[in-house]
Amino acid sequence: MSDSRTRIGVTNWLRGQLRNVAPFVTLIVLVAFFWAASDSFATLGNLQNILTQISVTGIIAVGLTFVILCAEIDLSVASIANATGIVVAYFTAQDASVTIANIPLAGWAAILIALAACFALGAVNAFGLTLIGIPSFIMTLAMLQIGAGICALLVRGQIAYTVPPLILTLGSRSLGPVPWIVIVAALFLLVGHIVLTYTRFGRYIYMTGGNREAAEYSGVNVRAILSAVMIISAVCSGVAGMLGVAYFGSAQQNEFDTYLLDSISAVVVGGTSLFGGQGGIGNTIIGLFVLGVLNNGLDHVNIDSFLKILIRGLILLAALIINVYAQRMRTVTAA
Amino acid sequence: MSDPTQPGLLALSGITKAFGGVTALGGVDFFLAAGEIHGLVGENGAGKSTLMKIIAGVHTDYQGEMRLDGRPVRLASPRDARTRGIGMVHQELSIVPDLSVAENVHLGVQPLQRLGLIDWRAMRRSAAAHLANLGIDVDLRARMGDLSLGLQQLVEVARVLFSGARIIILDEPTSALAPPEIERLFGLLRRLRESGKSLIFISHFLDDVLSVCDRLTVFRNGHAVATETCARIDKRWIIDRMIGTGHQELEESYLADIPLRSRPGAKDVLRVDNLSRTGAYRDVSMSVRAGEVLGIYGFLGSGQLELARTLFGVLRADRGSIALDGRVARLSSTSRARRAGIAFLPESRKMMLFGTEPVFKNVTIAILGRIGRLWLRPASERWIADGHVKHLHIRPPDVARLLGTLSGGNQQKVALAKWLTHLPRVLILSEPTRGMDVGAKDDVVRIVRNLRDQGIAILVVSTEPETVLSLADRILVMKKGRVVREFADEPVSKDRLLEAA
Repeated sequence: MSDSRTRIGVTNWLRGQLRNVAPFVTLIVLVAFFWAASDSFATLGNLQNILTQISVTGIIAVGLTFVILCAEIDLSVASIANATGIVVAYFTAQDASVTIANIPLAGWAAILIALAACFALGAVNAFGLTLIGIPSFIMTLAMLQIGAGICALLVRGQIAYTVPPLILTLGSRSLGPVPWIVIVAALFLLVGHIVLTYTRFGRYIYMTGGNREAAEYSGVNVRAILSAVMIISAVCSGVAGMLGVAYFGSAQQNEFDTYLLDSISAVVVGGTSLFGGQGGIGNTIIGLFVLGVLNNGLDHVNIDSFLKILIRGLILLAALIINVYAQRMRTVTAA
Repeated sequence: MSDPTQPGLLALSGITKAFGGVTALGGVDFFLAAGEIHGLVGENGAGKSTLMKIIAGVHTDYQGEMRLDGRPVRLASPRDARTRGIGMVHQELSIVPDLSVAENVHLGVQPLQRLGLIDWRAMRRSAAAHLANLGIDVDLRARMGDLSLGLQQLVEVARVLFSGARIIILDEPTSALAPPEIERLFGLLRRLRESGKSLIFISHFLDDVLSVCDRLTVFRNGHAVATETCARIDKRWIIDRMIGTGHQELEESYLADIPLRSRPGAKDVLRVDNLSRTGAYRDVSMSVRAGEVLGIYGFLGSGQLELARTLFGVLRADRGSIALDGRVARLSSTSRARRAGIAFLPESRKMMLFGTEPVFKNVTIAILGRIGRLWLRPASERWIADGHVKHLHIRPPDVARLLGTLSGGNQQKVALAKWLTHLPRVLILSEPTRGMDVGAKDDVVRIVRNLRDQGIAILVVSTEPETVLSLADRILVMKKGRVVREFADEPVSKDRLLEAA
């Protein structure tokens, strides 16, 4: 009797934890597979590669986690990253061969202007979502286009190479064996985790995502929370964009296009609920590693590079199924 | 007119329907004659809606027999009911606001040309003929959503008729209408009666029922307790039968006069002056005093629920002012209202609670700012929640449990606990005892009295007379958006409340 009850308890617990357990198991399986399939995968140097490869996505994914926890979406992250990266280059003195009519300023000024730019773009998202009432899906779709437009106008099809020294260091240099960009990503993830888990603002985010009406009736200023997460998302994207430009060594149009899908995938594959209120930075970190290991590992085994794209799509689909399924489990358990 | 000994157009006998062990209808007989308007009255939960849903084919698993034109029928679905000529006009109209009047009349039965395209000219022609026939004067090309509610209702009736109905069920058709619109609707209903249609008129507004119906049936506790010709009875007669006399349980016996004890000397905490919101309430002025429970009673749609939401910053008023402790309060958001010291408990638990979060997070959500400015203090949260769980006898006494795993009554207590840690200046309760058993209701009365005695100004809004009678020290009655009566320092009873509404 008590034995069967324990078993039911464990089953229920597992069901409730599905969104946390499934991504972790996926990660272990992937690591085990590539470890077995390739000699070059499980090396310290490759770990450094993986960490560096997921850093830009990781910084974007921090802000996106905030947004998705509120049951909203931000499709403009990659576009804002690109625009911010180009803005910081635009206000930096470029090589004579670059013939864009840019305005060279001191490094700190360029960085401040770039931060202000991504903040402003996020504020426009927030304004459209909370004050006008445009669904975030459509609002940020428009912002995606606006960001692309800003990029196009500033560089006019050209490529800028120079960024302020601070950005150059953080984006492409290392502290000992650890690249600075990995340290920045880790800091962002850490701060994001602390904010979500240990602050009042974080609690309000979970409550707004869990039951928006109840949050409203509990005296939570839902509009302010939604505005804040849209701005946080844009600023994270902006920082990722600046470091990304340094990391790539150039600032140009459409440079970040793959990062939209990557960052959304990281959050969702990690198990943060698309319906809001559940998940967190811990999930996002696992999601980042799943994607990072997958992308990197596929290069180490002998596989058709065009098949990689399909495999990523299938992994994302599987994650979505688990995500929705986990939501249902959780609701059933709670009912 | 009708003869009750005849089986009539529609005859139901011995209808019994239970929802999971709770009997909603216990052997109801009901006759509808051709060419009559038949009123259905009774309190919420008396069984009117259940019976109507059986007639409209929504509930199909019931016991008893239903005869249409003398032949037994068993409706399979609402669609089946429609094809047999039974139509329903819901309180929430099923119009499409963005389509034209003509399209709404033809909803679901558009005339087609060859190629399957809509024949607009035929549609407009037939809609015009149909509406003219019914004496409804309205622009066919007007957008439905731009019409007044009264006109929308007339078009909705026309639509139901157009789809071939000979029996039309109208659910609370007058609750949102102004007097001239009501007269226009009644004119239409009478013309329909002359042309041989039968109408069932469900309403809380007894004056409306008496003025338009030929006969009426009173429901109480799942039984049809009386059917009578309207010309022979008055409002008093109906109320007596709705409430029942004598052998009722104590809990329902608010028939005797209850003395109210208002506190005229106490200070006004919340004052409202000439507050109006289009479509909800108009020119409401009132005040709630410290240490007093003010009850606002009215039927559904009378505006008291919207008024309560306005006072918590969920809805905004178009005109008028709200003052808290004598100072004008700008309640532009719920968080402002909360910080101003106003607490609100909505009528549904779902609106208030987080099912997939643990109990303690549900309890502390409204007071996080008082526990710590920036950082959460989970230990304090648990400790506070633990105190409430013990004090309110919440079962099981485990604050880490997911809220959704608790029973309904215990969830309700968690919702209340939310506002008890830091006492508000004003506590607004919407339908605080709805769906509760007697024991839980007593708990609520005890808690509310206790809070009142600590000097909190409490506002209780409800559509159930028992709720305000059991809690309030002073009662306002709202009707169609206006305050129509105040009971203070005088005996009041359920039938007096009903009479005023």
